[in-house]
Amino acid sequence: MNLQISQRQIDATHELALSGEVDAYTAPKLKEVMLPLTEKEGNTVIVDLSGIDYMDSTGLGIFVGALKSSKANNSLLKLRGMTDRVKRIFEITGLTEVMDIESGVKGEAL
Amino acid sequence: MTAKDALTERYQDLLSVYLKAKNETTLYKGQQFSRKLLEQQISPEDLVSLHIQVMDELFPDMSDEMRDSFDFLLEAMIGYGFAYREHQSLRDKQQQLESEIEVAASMQQTLLLSDVPQFDELDIGVVSVPAKKMNGDYFNFVKSGNSLSVAVADIIGKGIPAALCMSMIKYAMDSLPEEQMKPHLLLENLNRVVEQNVNSNMFITMFHGVYEPETHKFFYAGAGHEPGFIYNAQADQFEDLIAKGLVLGVSRSTTYHPYEKEILLGDMVILLSDGVTECRTSKGFIEREEIVTLIRKYMDLPAQQIVENVFKELDRLQEFELRDDFTLIILKRIV
Repeated sequence: MNLQISQRQIDATHELALSGEVDAYTAPKLKEVMLPLTEKEGNTVIVDLSGIDYMDSTGLGIFVGALKSSKANNSLLKLRGMTDRVKRIFEITGLTEVMDIESGVKGEAL
Repeated sequence: MTAKDALTERYQDLLSVYLKAKNETTLYKGQQFSRKLLEQQISPEDLVSLHIQVMDELFPDMSDEMRDSFDFLLEAMIGYGFAYREHQSLRDKQQQLESEIEVAASMQQTLLLSDVPQFDELDIGVVSVPAKKMNGDYFNFVKSGNSLSVAVADIIGKGIPAALCMSMIKYAMDSLPEEQMKPHLLLENLNRVVEQNVNSNMFITMFHGVYEPETHKFFYAGAGHEPGFIYNAQADQFEDLIAKGLVLGVSRSTTYHPYEKEILLGDMVILLSDGVTECRTSKGFIEREEIVTLIRKYMDLPAQQIVENVFKELDRLQEFELRDDFTLIILKRIV
């Protein structure tokens, strides 16, 4: 399975729209794109997960790494558009309590 | 006669027979001969050189162009020779790595060995199977005082990094003083250890419980672990064993909520790793209700046989290709 990442930017706001699967095979690709964005102070990184139907714990780990990086570098990480399956693993792992997750509708304007 | 001379002679025989008869049988023998060449570690350019030598003997009047073309071919084969030798050395290295992993896996098995303690009040069953050689799931039973302490953890990722992380958890748990065996405090302590020591992409999910046989109370806490089940015998119902909490290793100041539940005669506490619910079959994921159905099917058996049968059925559903480490533990109150 594959992961597609499309990227948009307006000033310091970066939006990543993901589709496919985030697992042990595709996680490095996501890390490569997302992590540098969270490392820049003042950036807002919005990740749209509405196209993701499967994520495993390695994929979740990339978001944990990005969260730590955004805290350390004063940037913001926001997730939105989770499918039920994906939302469930964020809930079980307790990450919904520490992450900025919008329950908003997908496809909102930046 | 050296091995090489023998090969030269055999090649000469085969080639001259083929040139005279041009039959399939000899061609086939040529194919078989190539295996022998590999066994003797004859490189591609050595074979061309052997061919030249044999052709020289068979056709002393070979034209100069023909002979020169062979010399040219010999040069052109050099790259393949390098590739061949590189392959040889990679194969050696791979064998070496494999044997190191074997050693590490058996060390891990020794570390993981957790004797299941005996309690008159409880029937305990456990199965833990790695998807690859090294197990990223961890479970641990300790008899502390009169109580049973049980832990199950899932380390993110698989293979060697997960196994190394598991060793850390084991030693951190072993070194905690006994008074901190309260599940929520134990998780808080472990969380600090994990947070300091793991890479930022790593985390660990864990469930910890303590069963007190005198009171039949089960104290527990969870750090983002896949919920287990409680079987309520009186109502003949399975309920989710919810223990909310953040996974270990994300934030140093995380605190955990203490939970407790009274366990009645015939009740079961069922703990699992997410390898159990993340089982993927050709028809999609195994849902939690299906796990319950499987447990229900075997629940009159002793606990060890329940977990083994459930594992066997799930393994079969996945066509015997375990994708994730699998751990299932059942504690059944029998007195």
